[in-house]
Amino acid sequence: MAKPDPFAGLKDGLPRRSPGEAPALFARHMSKIFGTTKVLDDVQLAVMPGEVHGLLGANGSGKSTLIKTIAGLHAPEPGAELILYGKGAPLPMPPGGARRNGISFVHQHLALMPSLTVLENMLLNDLAVAQNWNIQWSKARAQVAETFERFDLSIDPMARVADLSQADRALIAITRAFEEVRTQSEDGRGILILDEPTPFLPKSGVDQLFSLIRSVKADGASVILVAHDIDEIREITDRATILRDGKLAGTVVSAEASHEDFIELIVGEKVTMFQGNRVLGKDKPVSATVTGVTCDAAHDVSFEVREGEILGLTGLIGSGFDRVPEAIYGAAKAEGGSVEIGGKTLPLKGMAPHIAMDNSIAFLPADRLGKAGVGSLTIAENMALPVMGDFRNWLGIDWGRINEHVFALGKKYDIRPNRPYQPLSSLSGGNAQKVLMAKWLQTGPKLLMLDEPTQGVDVGARQKLFSAIDEAAGKGTSVIVASTDAEQLAQICHRVLVFSKGRIVTELVGGEITKDRISEETLKQHGPAEAQADDETQHAKAQEVA
Amino acid sequence: MTAENTDVQMAAPRRTINWAQIGESYALVAALVILFAIFAMILPNTFFTWANVSTMLGSQSVLVFLTLALIIPLTSGDFDLSVAAILTISAMTVAVLNARLGVALPIAILGALCVGLIAGAVNAFFILFFRIPSLIVTLGIGTFLNGLTLWMSKSATIGGIDFALVKLVVGTRLFGIPLAFYYAIVMAAVIWYVFGFTSAGRRLLFVGRGREVARLSGIQVDRVRATSLLASAFIAALAGVIYSGTIGAADPNSGNTFLLPAFAAAFLGATAITPGRFNPVGSVVAVYFIVIGITGLTMLGIQSFVQNLFYGGALVLAVALSQLVRKREEQTVG
Repeated sequence: MAKPDPFAGLKDGLPRRSPGEAPALFARHMSKIFGTTKVLDDVQLAVMPGEVHGLLGANGSGKSTLIKTIAGLHAPEPGAELILYGKGAPLPMPPGGARRNGISFVHQHLALMPSLTVLENMLLNDLAVAQNWNIQWSKARAQVAETFERFDLSIDPMARVADLSQADRALIAITRAFEEVRTQSEDGRGILILDEPTPFLPKSGVDQLFSLIRSVKADGASVILVAHDIDEIREITDRATILRDGKLAGTVVSAEASHEDFIELIVGEKVTMFQGNRVLGKDKPVSATVTGVTCDAAHDVSFEVREGEILGLTGLIGSGFDRVPEAIYGAAKAEGGSVEIGGKTLPLKGMAPHIAMDNSIAFLPADRLGKAGVGSLTIAENMALPVMGDFRNWLGIDWGRINEHVFALGKKYDIRPNRPYQPLSSLSGGNAQKVLMAKWLQTGPKLLMLDEPTQGVDVGARQKLFSAIDEAAGKGTSVIVASTDAEQLAQICHRVLVFSKGRIVTELVGGEITKDRISEETLKQHGPAEAQADDETQHAKAQEVA
Repeated sequence: MTAENTDVQMAAPRRTINWAQIGESYALVAALVILFAIFAMILPNTFFTWANVSTMLGSQSVLVFLTLALIIPLTSGDFDLSVAAILTISAMTVAVLNARLGVALPIAILGALCVGLIAGAVNAFFILFFRIPSLIVTLGIGTFLNGLTLWMSKSATIGGIDFALVKLVVGTRLFGIPLAFYYAIVMAAVIWYVFGFTSAGRRLLFVGRGREVARLSGIQVDRVRATSLLASAFIAALAGVIYSGTIGAADPNSGNTFLLPAFAAAFLGATAITPGRFNPVGSVVAVYFIVIGITGLTMLGIQSFVQNLFYGGALVLAVALSQLVRKREEQTVG
């Protein structure tokens, strides 16, 4: 690696605040074998006290296995060592051992109970272990309120978690984990491990989360942040460890490594980022006209999409952009509107997925194993579902032919491993998404709608998905991509519609479609200045009327 | 919708031979053979006789039918606790119509099957229209049907069903085994075919495993669930007809004792042949595994309370086993 060396400053291995300081967490020779696959191969991870440390890697690179081994969910292969603040810790970690050693985890699903109050959730872990006959609710409430104040959070402890935004939920889970660390360990100690807390958060939520992480760090605790977003890692972490195929690819000082350095470490080679041509031939006919879509979060949304066009829908979470495809497909209830496709006008009230499919509309939901595919069934079963009827012979369904068909598609879309009989849940996020994308692409739909198609998908697999989308568009399919990921929209879209408060507010075409421009437009619509201006004009209007 | 042609010409891999998996799939079959061999050795003069074996095969075909009825809604994600009550009321309908009211046998059978379908339709209506969990609805409807059966029969056993039915079910033997056994095997074959080789079977499975996935894949979930509840009620009614044929009479209570063994066999069957899935072949094997166990133990002179120990124990053990199977499937890498 030429240029500024991102490994500089690590000459003796670790960035110490004072000479001889021991790392908060030092794990080495970590290996793990599942069956015949070595998913973790002699990995080392060192995190200093008061450091925010990123952990990156493609899907299947072993980062979650590493975290789970530290958490005590997996037993490592013999030879692994875990040293906490200079003292050896037992491996495999006994149940509850991580907690006693001042390590706390926040997993992606947050482990909150939506039907309970914030207060009850904050106390959940204590309630689980304490033998307490008399919970002093008022005292607990005051304590939680005090904690929120300390972190500058305005969350009502008596609110139900189900009523809160995704960002607030993440903040609660992290605060809870940090409080646990703080009460379990000596002053200025504690390790907080956050496993991909950001993918569902809007930008403002990410900022809040980061300021929370900074205050945790200021208390002297260490944070390990598992994430996919390189820009976020570069913004918040001091150093980052990158895993690739179960091995240590490198540890870098985040500020000194470029975006490209990270990608190279994650993928192991230079990745050619997919870039669509952004311009659609003028002669392409309109393939679908959407008129007046109205549902709980969108009001009277109308647009057209042309043959072969890739149309992006974006906005902040809650702006309704992601509800429009659901309403068009009949996945969620619509109050009104219609879609015109293939010479037919379909009312959206009373729309159902089977009607949409009959009219050559396909929809791939964001929730991969909850709505798009069944994890416990095989790849072949999942993929063949919409085309089952084409594989009948006089004896019934011909599984041999389905197997061949699924295998061929697996090869085409680079699904790894390409084993049709394996359960879908055994695939990494990116590969599962390729299967589900193939499930719909094989039907050759006129209109394909994708909701967050690359959420939790690593950078290499993303490019594969993008070229699959582009290829389908090249064959005449109209594609609608609903996503909050501005970078992705900039890579593939011909046109982007920005939503705010349930309406389309901006249309970006051709050269205007850049990551920065999309983010800017998205945020501008909800910026405080804008909102204030709105209020003022309304105020002025009200005065005029008076 | 048509599948797009792909020009990648490469042989797809066949399912590789995995001995652990094969062992798991046929463990129950092996257990059945071993259990049979043990009893055959201990009781060569009573258990290991053709008379006993053919009786076991023939008399328990009712249980096979009921188990097959159960696995359909279980596959689509619904419980049907009313199957045993439907069996009982169906048998009683045959008896009342034919023996008491003198209706011709074919019409009495048709009447019984209609009663079954109506019960299934009522189940489906309450489950799907009011969105009530199937467990509650079928428990309630089952109890309601029990009451109806007692009322119909005035709480008495009704005998004197046309002997033609008895002849059709157990009176005639093929290769020394009563015809009822072959009916059960044919029923199992039909369900095996529907589950594995028709789109309807696939839809059933997807509805059971992921209702939202199924809906968003264009499957009309409610229609599939209603059909599966109707099918299960129909097969249960068929089981009732067979039951009335095995004894030539109907009593208002004994049919209900089939419920637990049927559940035990369904779950035990789900650990065999295609582990983790309710499947007809596994169900048949499971029924006969349970039957061999109970017949053998009874012949050894162990008291009849053992039946309940065996059924109850088998159900819980079977579910525990299938849970183990599922867990193993879930293990992911990375």
